[in-house]
Amino acid sequence: MGGILVYVLHYEGALNKNSLGAVSEGAKLAGELGVDCDAVVVGGGDLTNELLGTLGSYGAKKVYRAEGAEGLAQPVIDVIDKVIADNGHNYVIFGGGLLGFEIGAGLAARRNAGVTMEVTNVVVEGGKLIAERPILGDSQISRSHYKGDLGIIIGRINAFEVKETGGGAAEVVDVQVDYSPWSNQATMVQRGEQRGADVNIEDADVLVAGGRGLGKAEGFQLCEDLAGVLGGAVAATRAVVDAGWYPYAAQIGQTGKSVAPKLYLAAGISGAIQHKVGMQASEHIVAINKDANAPIFEFSDLGIVGDLNKILPKLTEAVKAKKGG
Amino acid sequence: MKICVLVKEVPDAAVEKRIDPSTGRMDRSGEKNLNPYDTHAIEAAMQLKEGGALQVDEIVAVTMGPESAVRALHKAVSLGADRSIHLTDAALAGSDVAATGYALAKALEKEQPDVVLLGQQSDDGECYTIGAVVAEHLKAPSLTQVIKLDVVDGGLRCERQAEYGYDTVQVSLPAVISVGDAINEPRYPSLKAIMGAKKKPLETASAADAGIDASLVGGDGSRVQCGEFKAPPAKAAGTIIEDEDTDATVEQIVAWLDERKLI
Repeated sequence: MGGILVYVLHYEGALNKNSLGAVSEGAKLAGELGVDCDAVVVGGGDLTNELLGTLGSYGAKKVYRAEGAEGLAQPVIDVIDKVIADNGHNYVIFGGGLLGFEIGAGLAARRNAGVTMEVTNVVVEGGKLIAERPILGDSQISRSHYKGDLGIIIGRINAFEVKETGGGAAEVVDVQVDYSPWSNQATMVQRGEQRGADVNIEDADVLVAGGRGLGKAEGFQLCEDLAGVLGGAVAATRAVVDAGWYPYAAQIGQTGKSVAPKLYLAAGISGAIQHKVGMQASEHIVAINKDANAPIFEFSDLGIVGDLNKILPKLTEAVKAKKGG
Repeated sequence: MKICVLVKEVPDAAVEKRIDPSTGRMDRSGEKNLNPYDTHAIEAAMQLKEGGALQVDEIVAVTMGPESAVRALHKAVSLGADRSIHLTDAALAGSDVAATGYALAKALEKEQPDVVLLGQQSDDGECYTIGAVVAEHLKAPSLTQVIKLDVVDGGLRCERQAEYGYDTVQVSLPAVISVGDAINEPRYPSLKAIMGAKKKPLETASAADAGIDASLVGGDGSRVQCGEFKAPPAKAAGTIIEDEDTDATVEQIVAWLDERKLI
């Protein structure tokens, strides 16, 4: 009784990296509390015993598996509600991402539980978990204490490190769930559609990233020119991808890729949290933005307040000259 | 058919946000405005109404907050809502996201909306989750961060970016949908709409009026107790260059990159 339950997201037979981080974190915390860490999955035939057994090596003891719709929050809320009702877990941890937020919040409403989102650190104090989350544009950290018998922790993306502990295969337990009527009101028409060209940004040492400050889709030419001379690739923010200016495969952040190049040069990017979480591990961050108050200047190593339309072309020429000379 | 739009008054973007050390809550004094994301939700409601595929009879703006939150409702009405509801009660102050979602859901229950729309996040709280809480209490499906909304087969066809690319989801009504800012360009209110906003019906409801269980709201009713604020680990401040002479600026950038062997 009284363990930690971690939701594990998957897609086409592969487990989500942030979920594996959450399992690793849950197992570590469970060890400190002297309880078990279990996992829960919802989906179809690709959730094999073999695949789910591998969660044991990240520290999961049991894996609760329910057959149900994928990519939607409501069915997962039903499953987790059932697992907790039967097994009495005191905490549920999510690795972040869109679904984690939706499931965690809905579950809090279902079970009258406390919920904290964007959590970057969890500590054990007095036999309980305390969740720490940055607030107000990461200028302060707030600590959440949970009242009652269920606490829900939704991690910030990339907050929990994936760690293999060398445990044996997890035990897979099938769960039968009667789905709520409103769980059947949403149906996935198409999942995981890739829009735009397939580009590889994850292996690049240098990324030149463009945001809304480029002004228009054609503005990306400035990024491509600079990336060309630096021997790097071009990345983009969610805002410009949603606007159709650049392919989804190049998107950095919460619902895009997470990168850690040697150099990340952000052009016309304000630096919203959702973007920051995908690139803050970069070794060197350079930002060009005309707004001196843009949050990106708070976490860049070199910030240039100015017009990117003037700076980028000259910078491209200067780098080219430097390399030529 | 009725659409309810949840709106919120937030500190103006130009105001520095801070925690009031005496209460441990956000300091909500200073200039305030309608949460910018909510204007996209109102616009989405207007487009559903004007699109004609659904027979939308009424758009109702709903907010929870202190007396000053009335201004957010006036703004919502000037942008197209037909009337508004202001849920306000000292007992609600200090509610966390789960308690706030519960209270809003109780206010919505009386309205029996077919669609509830809201912005994907508030400019101040950064929680992204109120819609999911409201939906669960209303026993309705919920989708967040929707960037395209069409009426298909009497329900809503929603597109959004999720973990593995773009998802398209068909939802039958009633449903709770939070929208992203890419979904539309909100219109500007006409002068006439601004002037007329205060004349549209505005209902004020207390916690008791909405049938809210007082033990589930406010600081005491919330299941999370936040506090003990601390500063994040300090990061060495970066170098800032104000570009006045672009040639000189570029020279500095190149030198900086070169020093770190990045060229």
